[in-house]
Amino acid sequence: MTTARVQVPAETVTSRIPVRSLAQLGSALLCGALFGFGLSLSTMIRPDVVLSFLRFTDLGLMLVLGGAATVTLIAYQLVPRVLNQPLFGGTFAKHESIMDRSTITGAAIFGIGWGITGVCPGPAIAGLGAGSWELLYAVAGIALGALTHGLTSSDGRAKNG
Amino acid sequence: MPNLSPLLPNGWSHYLLGGLTIGTGVALLFVLTGFIGGMSTVYTSTWSFVVQRPFFRQAKLVNSRLWRLAYAAGLIVGAFVWWRFMGPTQRVAVSIAPVQLFVGGLLVGYGARLSRGCTSGHGICGLASLGLPSLVAVLTFMATAFLTANVMARVVGA
Repeated sequence: MTTARVQVPAETVTSRIPVRSLAQLGSALLCGALFGFGLSLSTMIRPDVVLSFLRFTDLGLMLVLGGAATVTLIAYQLVPRVLNQPLFGGTFAKHESIMDRSTITGAAIFGIGWGITGVCPGPAIAGLGAGSWELLYAVAGIALGALTHGLTSSDGRAKNG
Repeated sequence: MPNLSPLLPNGWSHYLLGGLTIGTGVALLFVLTGFIGGMSTVYTSTWSFVVQRPFFRQAKLVNSRLWRLAYAAGLIVGAFVWWRFMGPTQRVAVSIAPVQLFVGGLLVGYGARLSRGCTSGHGICGLASLGLPSLVAVLTFMATAFLTANVMARVVGA
């Protein structure tokens, strides 16, 4: 993974996008693919499976969430102590941790929507790769919901998640 | 191993393996780039390409919109690879009604952005950051989702 750290003379870079950004974009694509593969393998791209969890008939989602959070926990807690900076440069971001009324109200509304559909933001996109084109209805809804939030928000801070 | 079939009637290994793969993706993104890979922000940051309102011009959205789109494209690629090499021959059809998908999606999108995170943003990244707000958010959306899904099943029959 060190190849992208090779210094390229500025005049050979034809795009306005610097090499580091390309490495970051490639990383995001690769890591997104692992995410999407995992969502598919664990059948989380199927809303009926998620709904069966929410109706207590199959608790598999706890294994998915627990497994994913555990691996991520190890990386988030250990990697910044071992590396000075990410392999492709920059700094290690911190998860935005804000507790206010929006955190709880928003989560409650999110949960109602999740309970209606069995669809959440990641699987709605990933499922398209397995031919679940019906999920475009959900993607459109989520995108309009996010737009509505942005247009009605008086909050100047960026969101994370 | 105790008999877990009443709780896990479809087995457990694919759930655990899938979860570990998801975690590997989020962890690797952090190691390579330092980015925190929640999924709901892409639904806001992508609007910054076309909407000029100040909210959408925030640096944190504009500066992350490209990698977030690549991350989302990766989701589709990864699911396609699974489908092509390990999945069923037929496409994965979704039986949930379109109106249910859309209306639920509206609430999912609005709520996740208001709360600053979703199942991955709060559930994976937030818990892995040991953030108390994320734990509260996860417990809250789990509670309302349990309630809603069971009411839907019994009252609406959907």
